[in-house]
Amino acid sequence: MINKLVANADIAINDIRDRSTLMLGGFGLCGIPENCITALLKSGVKGLTCISNNAGVDDFGIGLLLQTRQVVKMISSYVGENAEFERQLLSGELEVELLPQGTLAERIRAGGAGIPGFYTPAGVGTEVGAGKEVRNFNGKDYLLESWLRADFSLVKAWKGDTTGNLIYKGTARNFNPMMAAAGKITIAEVEELVPAGSLDPNQVHTPGIYVQRIFQGSNYEKRIEQYTTLD
Amino acid sequence: MALDKIGIAKRIAREIQTGWYINLGIGIPTLVANYIPEGIEVVLQSENGLLGIGPFPSKNQVDPDLINAGKQTVTMLNGSSLFNSAESFGMIRGGHVDLTILGAMEVSEHGDIANWKIPGKMVKGMGGAMDLVASADNIIVAMQHVSRSGVSKLLKKCTLPITGLRCVKKVVTDLAVLEVDPEIGFRLLERAPGVTVDEIVQATEGRLTVEGEVPEMTF
Repeated sequence: MINKLVANADIAINDIRDRSTLMLGGFGLCGIPENCITALLKSGVKGLTCISNNAGVDDFGIGLLLQTRQVVKMISSYVGENAEFERQLLSGELEVELLPQGTLAERIRAGGAGIPGFYTPAGVGTEVGAGKEVRNFNGKDYLLESWLRADFSLVKAWKGDTTGNLIYKGTARNFNPMMAAAGKITIAEVEELVPAGSLDPNQVHTPGIYVQRIFQGSNYEKRIEQYTTLD
Repeated sequence: MALDKIGIAKRIAREIQTGWYINLGIGIPTLVANYIPEGIEVVLQSENGLLGIGPFPSKNQVDPDLINAGKQTVTMLNGSSLFNSAESFGMIRGGHVDLTILGAMEVSEHGDIANWKIPGKMVKGMGGAMDLVASADNIIVAMQHVSRSGVSKLLKKCTLPITGLRCVKKVVTDLAVLEVDPEIGFRLLERAPGVTVDEIVQATEGRLTVEGEVPEMTF
């Protein structure tokens, strides 16, 4: 089997250049590629376009890359909870494209699946639909949306093997599987790396064909945005 | 007496039928889960990839890899399932979710809804709201009847940026339950206890039909 193992995040991301387009998995802070984000901070790469459902918080996740002004454009569905983001947006330093969450997910899925366009009802009659082709199917209007692809996709999984097969845990799956397929180079970081043959093929969520590099992550913080308990 | 948020949630909970798959928005809609009548079995969908949302966890059950769409820690129930975001919205657009309950800033007499953006204020994004309202056959809006400054939120035409057109089927406010027909406008179904038809008429800017005796809500 092909071995895709790299030693760490710094090596995994070392050919990401200025002005690259990146996809970063996660919903809020759940299932984000923490190690790759730290490595990008260290590398100092600039001018990034980041496609990610959210933009982190001020001091964690993509929010860290905003603090260092490494991001010039975000493509997201929801970007609350981030004061530095707001400041950069209002001052014009940061460009933001907001998309309905399902449209974002499907555009990424389409990118990975080789479907350049599709019609969706989300956003018809709203500012999201401005300038987009509208077509009527069975009496209802739909918007034409196009695929999204990235130079690099940075995904986070629970378990992975040396051939790049991935298994996610809980709701940390979210955008990670579609992003894995939509990146020219997909880098997976995992909490538990195992040899090929150790994962049950029946349970694999992302087949290794989509993953070019994989490494054992470390020091996961897994911050919780809304810690909510019964007690 | 106008209803409080819990009253609105309790009244919406009575709309729910056994066997339904339901997506609850943030705010009052989330409260609805607490008042689903005994014996009614439903499955709650969270658009970040979970069917079968359970109660909030105890402290020793908290799992950072298990959150709802409001980013709160949750648990799973027996029979829960997990999936990715594309599959989740496929479920929503494909019409497999029986009921969507969400909040709104404005609803028009044609069933248009505005709930994602206020010009001049920081834009946070629409999240999944546009996908939900564009797809669901059964949408109930939970909201206050008038704004804090006393302006009706049930309008002829929305003034804020639109989230979706002609999609809201029912509105439950602190004053009333109303049906929305894109051709006819709002139709008054029920009054909050002690609220008069006249008060509701005064608080509704959009076209409102009142027919016969309008009953008080029951819970």
